[in-house]
Formats: sequence, structure tokens, C-alpha cells
Amino acid sequence: MTDTPLLRARGVRKSFGQVEVLKGIDLTVRQGQVVALIGASGSGKTTFLRCVNLLEEHDGGEILLDGEPVGYRGEGAARRRLSEARVSAQRARIGMVFQQFNLFPHLTAEENVMLGLTKVLGKDRAEARETAGHWLNRVGLAERRGHYPYQLSGGQQQRVAIARAVAMQPRLLLFDEVTSALDPELVAEVLGVMQSLAESGMTMLLVSHEMLFVRDVANHVVFMDQGKVAQAGPPREVFGRPESERLKNFLGRMHGIFGHFEE
Amino acid sequence: MIDYHFDWSVIARNWDSLLGALLLGLELAVISLAIGCVIGLAAAYARLSGRRWLAAPVWAYVEFIRCTPLLLLIFFIYFGLPEFDITFLDKTQSFVLTLSLYAGAYMSEVFRAGLASIPKQYVEAAKAIGMRPWQRQRYVVLPVMFRITLPSISNNLISLFKDTSLAAAIAVPELTFVARRINADTFRVMEVWLTVSAMYLVATYLIATLLRLLERRYATIR
Repeated sequence: MTDTPLLRARGVRKSFGQVEVLKGIDLTVRQGQVVALIGASGSGKTTFLRCVNLLEEHDGGEILLDGEPVGYRGEGAARRRLSEARVSAQRARIGMVFQQFNLFPHLTAEENVMLGLTKVLGKDRAEARETAGHWLNRVGLAERRGHYPYQLSGGQQQRVAIARAVAMQPRLLLFDEVTSALDPELVAEVLGVMQSLAESGMTMLLVSHEMLFVRDVANHVVFMDQGKVAQAGPPREVFGRPESERLKNFLGRMHGIFGHFEE
Repeated sequence: MIDYHFDWSVIARNWDSLLGALLLGLELAVISLAIGCVIGLAAAYARLSGRRWLAAPVWAYVEFIRCTPLLLLIFFIYFGLPEFDITFLDKTQSFVLTLSLYAGAYMSEVFRAGLASIPKQYVEAAKAIGMRPWQRQRYVVLPVMFRITLPSISNNLISLFKDTSLAAAIAVPELTFVARRINADTFRVMEVWLTVSAMYLVATYLIATLLRLLERRYATIR
């Protein structure tokens, strides 16, 4: 084991026009860890996640994946964005699951999983089909492999999206509020898949409002507030000994919605 | 009219040339649509490129074509190009060129709307699995756009097929031209025009039905 963390963010800044959304985020994710970002909407959680995967470009600071800067080379005034080809190659090492599933609507569940395997990783179709079958089976959708997204429920679509991301064997999986768009009765099946992935050692960085899930599955919880990390630590600490009024208030509101989750 | 005596034997005698002419019209429409789709796609990307020097001339092309009667364009290219010593096109090729440019202008508008309507989530999902820009277009954006725009493409094919009748004006031997020639030879005006109208109708109906099957086959986007 080396000491290089899988993901390290240092002083990450991001503005949309005049609005500074990230005001210097420091965050470390180690191999095999599950790190959860919590906080009110507008606190910058999703923006940070999107910066990690280069769907947004951070304006300052750096994000290192396996010690290699993501999205840029050089520093200060000499900082340059990497070519699209390099950026694409970096993205291929990071998986992402979205709030709205974002399955390709013209492809079946199986083809959704296969597309990246054949076109990005260059596997032949037979091998890609086998890998897709394995992961669809793993998320409990082996019989739905030939279904198009419109023929699947939200929970099933999201499980296909997870299979699509994890089949690429990413170093890190990002989850952006993946249960927020689901009907309540479909949330459990998706969280179940995520928990099983976490238990199998997948490194995960997730944004979630599912506090019970975060408490039970995450190793490390980061409370973000107004574009900064306000408190970070093991779930027991963050949920059990909130340091700021804002975290207390936030947890109190969540408590009302999701029931009892403190120690 | 009362005294008109129908003599359908004229149709039987000329059936082969009528049918051949109908098929030629279909062929011209399909080829023009295919070329028009290529032009239209390039034009749509140019319009959406955000580069003025690329978008402005394409805009001018589209507006010029759309604001000019097709018959005028046919004459313009058929009689105009030889003035510039471009003489290697025969009348059929000249017509295909015209109809392709015409179709390209309309298809560029169809594709522009189609490309603009594709939710950015699909592109982000393609980015997230590490696809390069051209791969995102090739494997995600274009297939989705094709399915969204299929009904418009179908409508354009039907319009183009009917527009092939204008090729009669420069003596391309398609259905309308052949019908006129038979009329001139036999004076069986009613029989010929009724038959030709029915042929256009049946052919158009068949194309529409086929395309509707195709649309149903690809209707995976709800």
C-alpha cells in the first residue's frame, strides 16, 4: 500500500459568473473508502462531484487522481486545460451515476452497459456482452437486459446506470443524489446495490440525502456549507457531535424527514 | 366532357414506360434525400458551431434556397451552370444536384432543431464513461437525433418525391414528363392524368406506410 490517496482535492474553487460556489475544498478519498458529502442544497456538493469528473472545470486549486492532476497541467498562470482526448481518458477512470439516470434512450439495458466497454475500452462485443451480463446480474436485472430504458422503472434504470458505470472498472465511483428522483418505494433497491458495491471494496464518493444509508455505509462524512467543508469525520462523530449550529440545524431538518439516525 | 369516351388501352400500351418513370422519380427523391441529409447535417453542425464565419454563409445558403421557388432553382442550375463552363452534368444529374441542395436546406433546419433538442444529460453520461467528442456524437447524439427527427425525414421524402414532377420542366423522363409525352402522342388526356395521379397517390401512400413502420421500429424514445 502506498500513501498516495486515490483522490485528493486541495483548495478547489469554482464560480458560476459572480457566484462563488466552491470556496476552497480540501478532501481526501483513500482506496476502498466510502466518502459521503452531505449538506443543504446549494452548498456545492454536486458541483464538487462534477468537478472531479470534469463535467465542470474548477477555477482554482487542484484535484489529484492517483497523484495526477485532473483536467489541467501546469500551475498558476501556466495552468492549461488538458486536451479533450486526455480529459476523456481521465473520465474513463472515474465512474459517475446521475440523479436522472441518463441512460442512452436508444439502447437496451445491455447495450447501455456495453457501449463504453466496446468504444472506450476497446473490448470485442462478445467480451463486452459477457461483462455487461455479469454486472446486470449483479444489480438484479439479468432478465431485463433486452429492455429499453422506457420499459424500465426508475429504480431499474438507476441500477442499469450503476452497472454501466461499474462495468468500466473505474478507480472511483461518483454518485450524485442517485435516489432523489426515485419514488420512495424504489429507493431501497438502489441503495442495496450501492451497499453491496461498498462492501466489495469499491471506492465511492457520494452526495446523498439518505442519512441512514450514509451513517451505515460511509466511512467518512463531509458536511459542506456555503461552498466550504464545515465538518468532516467518521459518521459517528459528524452525526453524534455536530460542531456548528448549521450542522445541528441541518441534521435536525433531516431528522424530521428521515427519522432517527443519531447514535 | 360528356362526349369523352374513355379508352384505357393507352395505359396498357404505355404501362412499362409509366412504371419506369415512376421508379425513376422515386430513385431521384431517395438519392436527393440521402445527399440532402449529408448536406443538412454538415449545415446544422456549422450553424451550431458558434463560429460566425462558418454559420453565416450556411445561414445564407439555407435562406436563399428556402426563399426561392424550386422550379426557379432547377432552371437556374440547369441553364446557369453551363454559363460557367460546368457542362459535365446531364439533365438528370443537374436535377439531382438541385433537389439535393434544396433538401439539404430543409434538412439542416430539421437537424438543427433535432440536435438542439437532445437533453444534455445524454452527452454527460457519454462523457462520464470516457467517450471522446466525436464518439459522443457518433454513438449517442446522432442516433438519438435520428430517432427524434425520423417523422420529419419521412415527410421530406414524400415532399421530395412529389417535387420530382418538376423535373419534367427540363425533360427528365420521370412520371409527369412521360405522361405529358403520351398525352401529346395520343390525346388521351383523362386516362393518362387519372392513372398518373393514382400512381403518385399509391406510391406516396406506400412510402408513408413503410416509413411509419420504420418509425415504430425505432420508437424507443418516450
